[in-house]
Amino acid sequence: MNAEADPPAFLLDGEEVPFEPGQTVIQAALAAGHYIPHLCYHPEFKPHGSCKVCTVEVNGRTAASCTMQAQAGMEVASKTEKLNKERQTLVQMLFVEGNHFCPSCEKSGSCLLQAVAYDLEMMSAELDHLFPNRPVDASHPDILLDFNRCILCELCVRASAEVDGKHVFALSGRGITKHLIVNAESRRLADTDIAATDKAMEVCPVGVILRKHVGFRVPIGARRFDQRPVSAQALEDAPRRPVIRREDST
Amino acid sequence: MERYAGLYSIVERYGGEPTALLQILRDAQEIEGWLPPATLTCLAQLLGVPRARVEGVAGFYSFLHLERAGRYRVLFSDNITDRMAGNIELLDHFCNRLWLERGKTSEDGLVLVDTTSCTGLCDQGPAILVNGWAIPRVTPERIDEIAVLIRSRIPVVNWPDGLFLIEDNIRCKDILLGSDLAPGAAIRATIAAGPLATLEAIQSSNLRGRGGAGYATGLKWQSCRNATGDLHYVVCNADEGEPGTFKDRVLLTRYADLVFEGMTVCAFVIGARKGFLYLRGEYRHLLGPLQEVLARRRADGLLGADICGQAGFGFDIEIHLGAGAYICGEESALIESLEGRRGIPRNRPPYPVTHGYLQQPTTVNNVETFCAAALIALRGGEWYGKIGTARSAGTKILSISGDCARPGIYEYPFGVTVRQVLQDCGAEHTQAVQISGPSGTCIDTTEFERCIAFEDLPTAGAFMVFDESRDLFEVARNFAHFFAHESCGFCTPCRVGTTLLCNVMDKIHRGMGSQHDLNQILRLNPVLQSSSHCGLGQTACNPLLDTIKRFRPAYERRLESLEFEPAFDLDGALERARTMTGREDAGAHLETDE
Repeated sequence: MNAEADPPAFLLDGEEVPFEPGQTVIQAALAAGHYIPHLCYHPEFKPHGSCKVCTVEVNGRTAASCTMQAQAGMEVASKTEKLNKERQTLVQMLFVEGNHFCPSCEKSGSCLLQAVAYDLEMMSAELDHLFPNRPVDASHPDILLDFNRCILCELCVRASAEVDGKHVFALSGRGITKHLIVNAESRRLADTDIAATDKAMEVCPVGVILRKHVGFRVPIGARRFDQRPVSAQALEDAPRRPVIRREDST
Repeated sequence: MERYAGLYSIVERYGGEPTALLQILRDAQEIEGWLPPATLTCLAQLLGVPRARVEGVAGFYSFLHLERAGRYRVLFSDNITDRMAGNIELLDHFCNRLWLERGKTSEDGLVLVDTTSCTGLCDQGPAILVNGWAIPRVTPERIDEIAVLIRSRIPVVNWPDGLFLIEDNIRCKDILLGSDLAPGAAIRATIAAGPLATLEAIQSSNLRGRGGAGYATGLKWQSCRNATGDLHYVVCNADEGEPGTFKDRVLLTRYADLVFEGMTVCAFVIGARKGFLYLRGEYRHLLGPLQEVLARRRADGLLGADICGQAGFGFDIEIHLGAGAYICGEESALIESLEGRRGIPRNRPPYPVTHGYLQQPTTVNNVETFCAAALIALRGGEWYGKIGTARSAGTKILSISGDCARPGIYEYPFGVTVRQVLQDCGAEHTQAVQISGPSGTCIDTTEFERCIAFEDLPTAGAFMVFDESRDLFEVARNFAHFFAHESCGFCTPCRVGTTLLCNVMDKIHRGMGSQHDLNQILRLNPVLQSSSHCGLGQTACNPLLDTIKRFRPAYERRLESLEFEPAFDLDGALERARTMTGREDAGAHLETDE
């Protein structure tokens, strides 16, 4: 193998993005310092591409950048007015699908949905709200589940199954009635084997899975996305590409 | 304990395999008419899978009930053709007769009445399903008869046979419907020619998939044959769910040998030892007869080991029954369902030809495609390729329904004009034709010279005729509800977008719509089209856009105003307060100084 050879690369909005074989477009883009808006993608889990917020145009065809394998020479467009407008509509869809009342939400300021909405300059939900009836589950002594805010990203499902090995969460229903369920005949979280130390407790991007007794400990205004916009923070979270310096390679 | 024993025997029947979860759930539901929470827990334990997975799968399919659903579950097919035949009036009549509320199980736990997506009996609708068994040609008299049977608590198996009599309505035959292929003839020809020559014939015939997508069959078989894997699989997609399509039902009723023959030919070419027929739940009545055909073919040496005396050529077919999910007609969702999961389309690539059933190379073809393949194996690719048009080889079977004198099954060489078809089926004063179902195209009178072919009007077979008395807005609204009901819910644009489209159409239907609502449809369309995970969401706006384009007055005469009008009705909201305060003046809601 030619050690001098450049790593393979594709073009993202006209800029060259190097990638390692096996990386998807969003993985390579984030690692190289380019933000693509996303919700259900998480660097620690296998992407599945359900929220579609990370949709880009690859050689003129649309695809979810989290599941699209990077290939040398492909031309990817992400920061276009059209795509950002569609992303905004997708985020608006998620807002009207659930019951999201940011001012009274414990997750406000730390919520990825809210942060991405701000970043995409969403001013209102615009679409008609569906106002679903989703009772909360407060059965567990230390954990509250507020399904009203669920965006069905499946991160808790994936974390519980893949990291915790427990399958505490799953999805049931279909279409607009699709919903998060817990692994108990009583349908109560208290009757599952979830623990406060589970990975599933950490990954909820919105305010569904909440720890009790710590509410509002960090004041609004001092929370994560109150500091800097999500577009900056997502890049810090991404596994960084090891910098390849020509003179080091032999 | 009794529950455990019953479920144990069901799970054992399927070898304790979690891949059979959907079949197991179907059988388990037979016990009590629904799936109580304890049943799901018990099944999870018996199968060694998380309970949440069992509940997740059970909750996905329309015909599986997680709430008490009644000893009799009566579902009215709700395709637009059923609507035109008066299904909603019949449903109301039925509810009145039995003192029922639609969608709610009766207090005594006896009956649940609701609607369901098209059941594939559009040529003999309105149709219903009772505990999964299809009854066509429902009339007020039939409703009364059924009401008596239910009230007398007579088990469905003991109902009069006449109720369940389904007609074939074959009106026009060509090479496929007219074939008299002797069972085994195509297999013997395939064995004699060898797999490569047979593959060459399929390729040179230019046969393309008949399920709608139109992918080249020969290329699919070749990719699958060349893919490396421990085992290869053949899957016949008989999840015929596109509203208005029912040709596969007739093929499976009258030409089952031809279907299985095609699957066996495919198995020989790609090197498969096992095949599945994924039969939609609505065609439950075909399961028994199809299993009899399979048994006969096994006895005749056309399935099993050493087929037709060819040492080493072993192949068998298993029938897998769906449970009410249109999305399982999408091939990767179908495979997920075959594996006992929720029917969610997979991320592609990889494609099923390399990573299909259990991640093994899998060929999925439509029922009609396998029939055509069997004919090609026997008579050659060149013969077949000469039929039809230059770019669409062979014939296409159409399922014709709606406003015409002779609804049923018609086979034509590709290239036939819409006008010719309308004439043959006895359609008069036709206003529009919906080609290939809701996800296809709606055409008006100016387009009847267009022809059925991949290069002009591609179709999976549905051909629904609407005469001048029909309201095309209501047609589109029916289709919008279909897509929302059948969206798998995986991706945001389809899950939320299809419901928003329904809400807009319902608002216009109620006379509350404005130009703003038409604009909403036009705004949602590009989002659904470009970012949806699969074809369902990508095409969900088509029936609305087609009818807005061609029949705009049908929308506009419903709008409150062509100018912007808010949905909120201020006077309506204030009415109660006004009554209470006795204030009738226009400014009553404004704060006034004493």
